[in-house]
Amino acid sequence: MESSTSSPALNTAAPALPPAPRRSPLRWLAGFGFTGLLGLAVLLFWLLAAALGPWLLSHSSAGAGTSNVFAPISAAHWLGTDYLGRDMLALVIEGARYTVGVALLATLLASGTGTTLALLAAASGRWTDATLSRCLDTLTAIPSKMFALIMVAGFGSSVPMLVVTAAIIYVPGAFRIARSLAVNINALDYVTVARTRGEGTLYIMLREILPNIVGPMLADLGLRFVYIVLLLASLSFLGLGIQPPAADWGSLVRENIGALAMGGASVIVPALAIASLTIAVNLVIDNLPGRAARERGAR
Amino acid sequence: MNQVILKLLAQRIALALLSLLAVSVIVFSITAVLPGDAAEEQLGQDATPEALAALRTQMGLDVPAPKRYAQWLLGMAKGDLGRSATTQMPVSELVASRLPNSLLLAAVTALFSVPIALALGIASAVWRGSWFDRAVSTSAVAVVSVPEFLVATLAVLVFAVKLRWLPALSFVSDIDSLGQMLQAFAMPVLVLCCVIVAQMMRMTRAAVIDQLEAPYIEMVRLKGASPMRTVLAHALPNAVGPIANAVALSLSYLLGGVIIVETIFNYPGIAKLMVDGVSQRDMPLVQTCAMIFCGAYLILVTAADVCGIVANPRLRHR
Repeated sequence: MESSTSSPALNTAAPALPPAPRRSPLRWLAGFGFTGLLGLAVLLFWLLAAALGPWLLSHSSAGAGTSNVFAPISAAHWLGTDYLGRDMLALVIEGARYTVGVALLATLLASGTGTTLALLAAASGRWTDATLSRCLDTLTAIPSKMFALIMVAGFGSSVPMLVVTAAIIYVPGAFRIARSLAVNINALDYVTVARTRGEGTLYIMLREILPNIVGPMLADLGLRFVYIVLLLASLSFLGLGIQPPAADWGSLVRENIGALAMGGASVIVPALAIASLTIAVNLVIDNLPGRAARERGAR
Repeated sequence: MNQVILKLLAQRIALALLSLLAVSVIVFSITAVLPGDAAEEQLGQDATPEALAALRTQMGLDVPAPKRYAQWLLGMAKGDLGRSATTQMPVSELVASRLPNSLLLAAVTALFSVPIALALGIASAVWRGSWFDRAVSTSAVAVVSVPEFLVATLAVLVFAVKLRWLPALSFVSDIDSLGQMLQAFAMPVLVLCCVIVAQMMRMTRAAVIDQLEAPYIEMVRLKGASPMRTVLAHALPNAVGPIANAVALSLSYLLGGVIIVETIFNYPGIAKLMVDGVSQRDMPLVQTCAMIFCGAYLILVTAADVCGIVANPRLRHR
């Protein structure tokens, strides 16, 4: 922010929102409260599992299965074994890479695109705004799962396709929230001052509006991540998401649905993994320091 | 007074029709134009150019895309939905055999979930902060933030495997008695209800709380009205619009939930038909089912808007 392009006049002429008082990271963490910290811990655990999991495992789950099919929880197999006798713990940790990784990529793509378009819509003229809003509203006329099914029918199922599909589905939501925030900021005096000073659209977008909507957009990012995890898991559960031999948590539930009749761990564990991830993100968002739990919207 | 409402309603409906048209363009381009040449895909890499050309003519692919879209749209409007690419049966027959099952499932679910959700939502808004509210709200968050198939899996585990009250799968074809029908419907309806009730209850609670925090309710309390009267006679009439909106929007979640539920319980509905169509890449079938789902979704969303407009006293007494 302290680059040379910002003129000294900016600071005197446009005293924006007062800068938040700097607090130590520890105090900031304490602001989460117990449930927030719990969510943060679970989230961190899955992120680490997704990033480091494959290196931490002593043996690969892709190895040949044993005859020990649908084994219960034991010392040898902490989470039991799947329908081919493979170790469930290894499979869940390998699946984390797909579930967390693909969803994270799609979320970043969706929120990034949505925010960029929203800034563009707010900062440039009325026509751009109207056109963008109308186009993206049209996309929301298709239910999310239905759109995903249509995309899979048309283009088949691959990891890049899934990322793009999930991103397209959740761009309009991110756009709508970012736009309503950006339009409010755009009407404030310091933006008018910047315009009068002769700053370009890009400058207004990036230096005046963006810093003031980053906070809410990050909370929205978390929510969107939850939706995308649920969507991708559902697709995989239908057999239309991540394709074998790769398996995310949704595929693991699908593959081991046969264990349901015996109440086996192999079908419950990946389902609970999804639940723990999404509930953890919800807890973190609801307990973000300094903000009341906000009403979560549709989609 | 009615002029304003009628104008707004006409606008909403026109917008819905326009959206449906736009949706049809999106559906057609994703399924029939963007993925490339269907004839080439069907014949494989080493097809002769003559065979390719013949198949293209047979499939009507030599016609430019906008014209194909117009033909498809006209056919759909006239009820000619084409033939399924895998079974060669007319799509309209396939859909007609499955649609009533899905509608029945949706109707039964709505019948159960709407009263339960409204009661829970209003009660937890009135007793805000109590243990009841906290228990209901926490379970609702838990249900909303897990995938539908987890709810379904757990329900099967509890009711079909542990308690053995209900069968895990449903086959609607062999229903003779009321008891059998209850058995076949119980699991899918139970799971769908869980999901819908959680959504609807949260929105209802928010709508009622919104009213209870308004200044006029404080006035009602100050004049000494009983809590019962405050809620039923003063807050609820003003919350009807937002609640009706919440009901219609929540019912639109049925469309997503039904895809999972019909698949997991092997229920012969239209969503199962669509999922099978997608895995076999049966485009005419996918297109028709997609349009049915999007149409239903738009109807529900528009109904939500209309309820909001009609129930708004400020517009009614203009």
